Amino acid sequence: MIWFVAALVGMAAVAWGFRFAGQAVTGNAPKFRDMPYGVAYGYVLGVAVLAWLVWAYTQGRSPDQAIANKFFFLRIAIEGFIIFAIAAWLFRLLGRSVGTSGTKKLFRSMPLTASFGILTILIYAIFALFAGVIAPYGQEQIIPGVAANVIPGGDPTLGGNPDFPLGTDQIGRDILSRLIYGAQNTVGIAFATTVLAFLLGGTFGFLAATLGGWLDQLLSRTVDVLMAIPSLIFALLLMTIASVWAPELGIPLTVFMVVIIAVIDSTRVYRLARAVGQNIVVMDYIEAAKLRGEGLGYLVFKEILPNATAPLLAEFGLRFCFVFLTIAALSFLGVGIQPPLADWGTMVRDLGGFVNFAQFAPMAATAPLLAAGAIALLTVAVNFVVDWMLQKSSGLKE
Amino acid sequence: MGNVLTIILQRLTLGLLTLLIVSIVIFVAVNLLPGDFAQSILGQGATPEAVASIREDLGLDQPMVTRYFDWLGGVLRGDLGTSFAQANFASFTGTDSGATTVAQQIAPRFANTMFLAMITAIIAVPFSIFLGVLAALYRNTVFDRATNIFTLSSISSPEFFLAYILILFLAVLNPIFPSLSNIFEGMPFGERVEKSMLPALTLTLVVTAHMMRMTRAAIINLLASPYIEMARLKGLSPMRVIVKHALPNALAPIINVIALNLAYLITGVVVVEVVFVYPGIGQLFVDSVKIRDIPVVQACCLIFATAFILLNLTADIMSILSNPRLRHPK
Repeated sequence: MIWFVAALVGMAAVAWGFRFAGQAVTGNAPKFRDMPYGVAYGYVLGVAVLAWLVWAYTQGRSPDQAIANKFFFLRIAIEGFIIFAIAAWLFRLLGRSVGTSGTKKLFRSMPLTASFGILTILIYAIFALFAGVIAPYGQEQIIPGVAANVIPGGDPTLGGNPDFPLGTDQIGRDILSRLIYGAQNTVGIAFATTVLAFLLGGTFGFLAATLGGWLDQLLSRTVDVLMAIPSLIFALLLMTIASVWAPELGIPLTVFMVVIIAVIDSTRVYRLARAVGQNIVVMDYIEAAKLRGEGLGYLVFKEILPNATAPLLAEFGLRFCFVFLTIAALSFLGVGIQPPLADWGTMVRDLGGFVNFAQFAPMAATAPLLAAGAIALLTVAVNFVVDWMLQKSSGLKE
Repeated sequence: MGNVLTIILQRLTLGLLTLLIVSIVIFVAVNLLPGDFAQSILGQGATPEAVASIREDLGLDQPMVTRYFDWLGGVLRGDLGTSFAQANFASFTGTDSGATTVAQQIAPRFANTMFLAMITAIIAVPFSIFLGVLAALYRNTVFDRATNIFTLSSISSPEFFLAYILILFLAVLNPIFPSLSNIFEGMPFGERVEKSMLPALTLTLVVTAHMMRMTRAAIINLLASPYIEMARLKGLSPMRVIVKHALPNALAPIINVIALNLAYLITGVVVVEVVFVYPGIGQLFVDSVKIRDIPVVQACCLIFATAFILLNLTADIMSILSNPRLRHPK
């Protein structure tokens, strides 16, 4: 702690020296003459952080096992960051040279974060669709003759097994396979839930906007009340009730979860759909369609829906993130997706304790972090893409 | 001024009405449970007399509307009922031997959660406003982009991921803070703060992004105004222009977003408390959900909803009060 403060103070002196040296060397060029002290400090701080990262990376490759263990995760993070950045850059390069002129144009103006997001989403989609082909074992398969809690890494001297690169869980199932199947289950269920939420919220929102009157009042006030309860809390309350009903009715709890979260999230979709719909309903072409004597279905699906696609699409991305995180949180708390289905939230809960062994066997801690990281990576990717889409559609450069 | 008062009164009434309806929703939802608690606690071999006596004890033989008003009346007096898990039925023991009431169970945990939320707010609010001001000051530079990516990533990660990352780096690899927040009563203040540091930092990471982005956007929004131009032409330093001239005018949206994020803390706190085994109300809630301790679930739900509504109401009123056009009508 003392060293940390000392380093900060030391950097303050270096920053002053840096600005002074810059002024002297460049003959008082405007860049250095007008540089506020804070900016000079920022440069020095940035260089120091970069230098520290390089140092930490070399420490992570140190031959001394104790030191290497300590910086193992930082090393992996740095390597992962660089690999992803290069992959995103290559992907953008590919998009710029392959495809129709429309997609080429799209990729040309794309920031690196967005191409990273699209690439990540594509990879997840491939894993989710072909989980059965890619995964070496089944998600519920308890492999005979293999111990439980095999350490990840595949090094037999450390308690690993080369056949199971990420080890096995507490009852001897292959973690790698479960991670891959998790893409199918967790992402698939979240996707289905979001679609359901949009069907519900979108339909009612457009109906309320078109018809107005008492229906609008009734729906809007109901939604107001539902939105006044924090969503995770409400979901937990309803899941308690569903967990009693599920065995009595013989319906899997996961189905209840999908419906509950879809209903809770459809309130947010309803708000947006209604607001967007109300702006469209007052347009002249709607008036014309009404005078032509078109029915309600035609109005909603042929006139309003096509004109509301852009904001709804961006909302779909964000909503998916929220639903995905809610499901992950519920599963982590033990009331979400039920075993034996492989699911990332449940895996984090089951394997989370291994994080405490990171100092001695860093590989042991990788399994829960990978599961949690898989959730984080997808939501970050979707957010990057949505951010880019919103910026593009609003035409803002800021 | 009278105008503002009516608006605020309207909002307050609306808030109270919402609260009332929410309490009905919670009560009805809980009563959708199939079967009867008395039946399920006694099991299959229970005599009808025993079931009836427990039912009478808990008031389960009353019609639903009566029970709702009993419950609501109790809540208003601060009596949240008796926890099923800790109930000590009068019909069994002869006398009511002072079983733990829900209120007794919740009170210390509620204080703990408030403590955690307070520490988080003390760290997160200045930090995010500072970051937001810096990002607005050096907009479109490497610093701005890096902050943007960092905050966007931290807001979209699940809370438990951030929590485990913090545990990994700050508790396991570099033992700076303890990874378990076993707080108990009568603990010295310093130790208490130290033990709540990791959960508070996790929550800070979760809420900072939104507040920081809002601060940045609100300030940048103002930078095109003539008076900012004027201040710049006077020769003020960019830092001074932003802190003295832009920030005070951007306070309204910032305060609004702070209140909304404090409301968000309340839901985020559940997962974080479970990860760090922090004895707060969120953990009690999850535990009660698992053992289906209905009175506790009901009470926790109501407390969460109340806090959520109150903070949203505060945000609303603050934004009305900070609007000079409403405060001084023509």
